[in-house]
Amino acid sequence: MTASTVAPPAVLSPLRLLGRSTLGVLKRVGSVAVFAARGVAAAASPPWFSAQLLRQLAAVGYFSLPVVGLTAVFTGAALALNIYTGGGRFNAEQVMPQIVALGITRELAPVLAALMLAGRVSAAIAAELGAMRATEQIDAMQTLSTDPFRYLVAPRLVAGVVMLPLLTVVADLIGVAGGWLVATRVLHFNPTVYIRNTMSFLQAWDVGSGLIKAAVFGFIVTLMGCFHGYNAKGGARGVGRATTHAVVSASVLVFAADYLLTSLFAHT
Amino acid sequence: MTTVPKLAWKGVHKRFDGKRVLDGLDLAVDAGRSLVIIGGSGQGKSVTLKVALGLMTPDAGEIALDGQDVVGLRGPARSKLFSRFGMLFQGGALFDSLSVWENVAFRLLNADGVKRKAARERAVEALERVRLGAQVADLFPGELSGGMQKRVGLARAVVATPEIIFFDEPTTGLDPITAAAINGLIVEQVRRLGCTAVSITHDLASARTIGDEIAMLNKGQIIWRGTPAELDHTDDARVRQFVDGRPDGPLTNRH
Repeated sequence: MTASTVAPPAVLSPLRLLGRSTLGVLKRVGSVAVFAARGVAAAASPPWFSAQLLRQLAAVGYFSLPVVGLTAVFTGAALALNIYTGGGRFNAEQVMPQIVALGITRELAPVLAALMLAGRVSAAIAAELGAMRATEQIDAMQTLSTDPFRYLVAPRLVAGVVMLPLLTVVADLIGVAGGWLVATRVLHFNPTVYIRNTMSFLQAWDVGSGLIKAAVFGFIVTLMGCFHGYNAKGGARGVGRATTHAVVSASVLVFAADYLLTSLFAHT
Repeated sequence: MTTVPKLAWKGVHKRFDGKRVLDGLDLAVDAGRSLVIIGGSGQGKSVTLKVALGLMTPDAGEIALDGQDVVGLRGPARSKLFSRFGMLFQGGALFDSLSVWENVAFRLLNADGVKRKAARERAVEALERVRLGAQVADLFPGELSGGMQKRVGLARAVVATPEIIFFDEPTTGLDPITAAAINGLIVEQVRRLGCTAVSITHDLASARTIGDEIAMLNKGQIIWRGTPAELDHTDDARVRQFVDGRPDGPLTNRH
């Protein structure tokens, strides 16, 4: 009897399962890292497909404006009410404009805009690339001497990195406006004083740190859409699975990156 | 004096998840000849095409183009190699988001740097060669029938005058009349270009029409090769079973 035919003791099964799972996770992380590196390399060197880039800038940015704007206005309004009622417990209602501005610019605008994009853009990218994989369009592109990383992946990554910060600027403005609306119409704050308090309190870094976060989130959201769509397998079911994985992984990674970046910025 | 084949598979092996798909495949096609590979489902026909094209890397063996091994070529070298190939995919593989003429001119626009006006003119010429009028140029693939999509795919495969054209199941899913028309167009275009053609198909009528030679693939190896006329008279029991379409025989017996 050879060593390979000896069955391992049952007690080792959980360890084998753990080892196999760990290796699977490491393999996945490695695949994503290699994919991201190829995407960045394609984005950083010619040839560039400008028509594709413009199309993606519109798809990622312009067409996401309504959903990001609506999310921001309601979040700003709800935040203002919460802080006013919560702050009332220790007579801190009057700092509500400053806290709304801080919460929106540093945290809520970039994170919520990224989550909206994970649902809208990451899913759409995964579905589109997954369908292209299933119908051999990606193979066809290669045989037509065109690198799919340059034509499909790079424009989407660049669009995510460029447009999510711009969407965040819009979300900052609309979120603060949502807080202002509730403060002045419902809570009877003075409109001019509210704006003055907000502007005098906010620092450039509050907005800047949010925009840096947004650029990272934009990369994550589009990367997850591209990765899962590009590697989709198994026809329509595979496309559905890729779409789900793209949205879930993008959302979780946005939260993880948010914590890491916030920790990093807290020490600057 | 021996001539170097235009394209050759030399001892090519390929496995997927431990399953052997190509098992030391040896096959060659001379320049200007049309070779059709037939065989049952799951015998490695599509993989044979994909390793030749460079869409898959063989586990072992060589893919020789004009005598030069091209396995492992990457980046610009692979891209340059692709410019010598044309490919008609089974489902057409047309880009949904582009118009018909942009599909046909995709290589010209995105790899060869041809201006849009000139690329459109060449695309319309290629469409006319496959009996599609200029009026379809601005339609989208979703607006075309299956047969028209195959014609557009053929126009895209020949527009840049390739040295080798690959056809993956060119008549699958088409009615007999449309299939005959596609077969006729394939023969016409291959002769016009004087190029080498490699096709895979289940359709024996198609194989007889477009092939100068037919090779049968089974379990990742070539088990028979001959002319279309020889296909009908061979005594090889495996080929006979396939040609006659019998469910029982050496191809399907497990022992």
